[in-house]
Amino acid sequence: QGKFTLLRDTRTDGSFLVHHFLSFYLRAGCKVCFVALLQSFSHYSIVAQKLGVSLAAAKERGQLVFLEGLKSCLDLLFGEEEQPGQPSPLQFLSGSTSDLRALFDFVRVSLTPADGDSWKGPVLLVDDLGVLLSLGASPVAVLDFIHYCRVSVCCQLKGNVVVLVHSNEDSEDEENELVVNSLCHHSNLILWAEGLATGFCKDVHGQIKIIKRLSLEQAGEQDLVQIYQYKIQDRNVTFFARGLSAAVL
Amino acid sequence: LVFTEEDKYGLYSNLLFKYFLAEGIVCGHDLFVASAKEHPDSILKELPAPLLDDTYGKELEDEAAAIKSGDFQDSMKIAWRYQNLPKMETTPTTYTRFGHYYDVSKKMSPELCQSIKWHSFYLHEELSSEPKTKTCNMNSAYAKLLQSIQRIISQEGFDGSDPQKKQRNVLRIGIQSLGSILWGDDICCSDTPEDTHSLTKFLYVLRGLLRKSLSACIITVPAHLIQNKAIMERVTNLSDMVVGLESFIGSERETNPLYKDYHGLVHVHQIPRLNSLICDVSDTKDLAFRLKRKLFTIERLHLPPDLSDTVSRASKQDLAESAKLLSSGCGAMAIGKKHLDF
Repeated sequence: QGKFTLLRDTRTDGSFLVHHFLSFYLRAGCKVCFVALLQSFSHYSIVAQKLGVSLAAAKERGQLVFLEGLKSCLDLLFGEEEQPGQPSPLQFLSGSTSDLRALFDFVRVSLTPADGDSWKGPVLLVDDLGVLLSLGASPVAVLDFIHYCRVSVCCQLKGNVVVLVHSNEDSEDEENELVVNSLCHHSNLILWAEGLATGFCKDVHGQIKIIKRLSLEQAGEQDLVQIYQYKIQDRNVTFFARGLSAAVL
Repeated sequence: LVFTEEDKYGLYSNLLFKYFLAEGIVCGHDLFVASAKEHPDSILKELPAPLLDDTYGKELEDEAAAIKSGDFQDSMKIAWRYQNLPKMETTPTTYTRFGHYYDVSKKMSPELCQSIKWHSFYLHEELSSEPKTKTCNMNSAYAKLLQSIQRIISQEGFDGSDPQKKQRNVLRIGIQSLGSILWGDDICCSDTPEDTHSLTKFLYVLRGLLRKSLSACIITVPAHLIQNKAIMERVTNLSDMVVGLESFIGSERETNPLYKDYHGLVHVHQIPRLNSLICDVSDTKDLAFRLKRKLFTIERLHLPPDLSDTVSRASKQDLAESAKLLSSGCGAMAIGKKHLDF
C-alpha cells in the first residue's frame, strides 16, 4: 500500500513488466488508471489476453480507466473544439500551458473512489514517462506531475504507483537521465531490466535487478539488491538465478 | 513505423525507400509519397521493376550459391516487416514468397504505376497554404504534412470510418529525408537546435495516425547529420523498427579486404514488439548489403576465408578490429560493448 515502484530498462525493452503489473493488479481487484502513452489499446489488450485478463471487460465494469495517449493526441490535433468542461489530459501539447496539470487532474478524478465502488486500492500505471519529454514537457513539469500523483495516490488514497522509464549508461539525453535519477531516489522499489553486458543471447534475454529501498523507510538500513536473469516467452516470463538458464543446465 | 537512418550519400537508403513503394504498387496498396527534396512524380518514375518468378529463378542459378535462400528470406523479412492494425499482415496468396523481388536496372512500367491510387506531398508546392489545424508549436512543414496525411486517411477511409466501403486497402506512406534542412528543421545543422521537439512530436502524431488506420510508413532520415544524440534516442523509442544503413563509400572500410564483397552494413537497432510479449529476434545481428547489377541484397556478414600465406601483423590487427565490430552487433535485446578475450 502506498508504494512507488519504478520500472527501468537499459539496452532492452522492459515493457513486459508493464504488462505483468497491469494484469497483476487487475486480477487482484484493484482499480487501475493506466496512462498508456506509447502503444494502442489493442496492443495491451492482446497481450493481457495471453496473460489471462480481459482489458475490455475491466473497462466495462469500471475497474480500468485507460488513457490512450496516441488517440488523445490525435483528438486534440484533429478533433473538433473541445468542450470547456472536459479539457484534454494532454493539453500541454497545444502549448497553452506548460505543466501537466490537466493530466494529473485526469488521474486524480479517475482514481478517486466513487460511491458504490468496491475495488481494493487504486493503482496508477504509466507507460512510459519518457514520451512526455519527447512531446515537449520540461523535466521539472514531469517530476512535478509524478510528485502530485504520489501525494494523491500513495499518501491520500493509499494506492500504488508504477512508472516505466528508459535509461542508458552513456545516454546523451540529459533531461531523461535527470528524471530517471530523481525518480530512483524516491522509489520504494526499483525493477531494473538490463540487456546482458556480454551481448545478445537467445536463451537469456536479460537480467533484472530488484532493489528494495529499505533505506527510504528506515534510517540506517541498506537497500536490498537481488539479481535474476530472465527469458521472455509468448505467455510468460521465466526467471532464474544467474548462470542457471535452462539452456545451460 | 519503419525508421531508416540514411547512409552518408543517401544512395542506398533511397533504394530501400523505392523498394518499399514498389512493393506497395505490386501488392495493390495505395501510396502516399512525401518529399522536400525531389518531386514525388519523379520518385515514382524511378521505381525498380518487379522480377517475375521465372526470371528470378535464372538469376539464382547464375549466381555463385554463397547465399542460402533461407537467409535471403530471413533478411528480406527483417527489411520488410511493418506493423499495421490487425488483418493486413498476410501477403497476397498468389505469391509464395514473402514480398517480391525487383530488378534495379529496369524501371517500373508506367501502366503498373498507374494501377494504384497515389497521393503526393511535395513541400515546396504546399508552402503557400497555411496549416488549418492547431500546430502545437511544431515546425509548420511537419504540421502541413501531418494534416495532409490525416486528410487522406479519413477521406479514403483507411481508418475504417466509411462503413460502406467493402474493399479495405492498405496505405503505404513514404517520407523522404525527414529532419533535413529542407523541411525547415535545423536539427541537422546545429548542436543546439532551436526546436528540439518538432521531430519527436511529429513522430508521435504519425504513430497515432498509423495505429488508427490500415497504414504503414517508412521514413528516411539523414541521421549522420543530426548532432544532438538525445533526439535520436527519443526517436528510436517512438518508432517500431529502426534500421541504419552504413555504406562504405568514402570510409576506410572501402579498402578493407574483409568487406570487399559488400557495399555497406545494415544495423538493425530495433525490431517491432507489437501485440506480444516477445519479438521475433533473428539469430544474427550482422547484416551487410550489396548492390549488384540487378539486385540489391542484404545478407549475413561473413568473413572471407583467410587464404594468404603470410598473415602480417597489420592485417591481423585489422581482423581483430573487425571481429570486435562483429561481436558488438546491435539489437533490441542487448548491445554488448565488452569484447571477451580468450
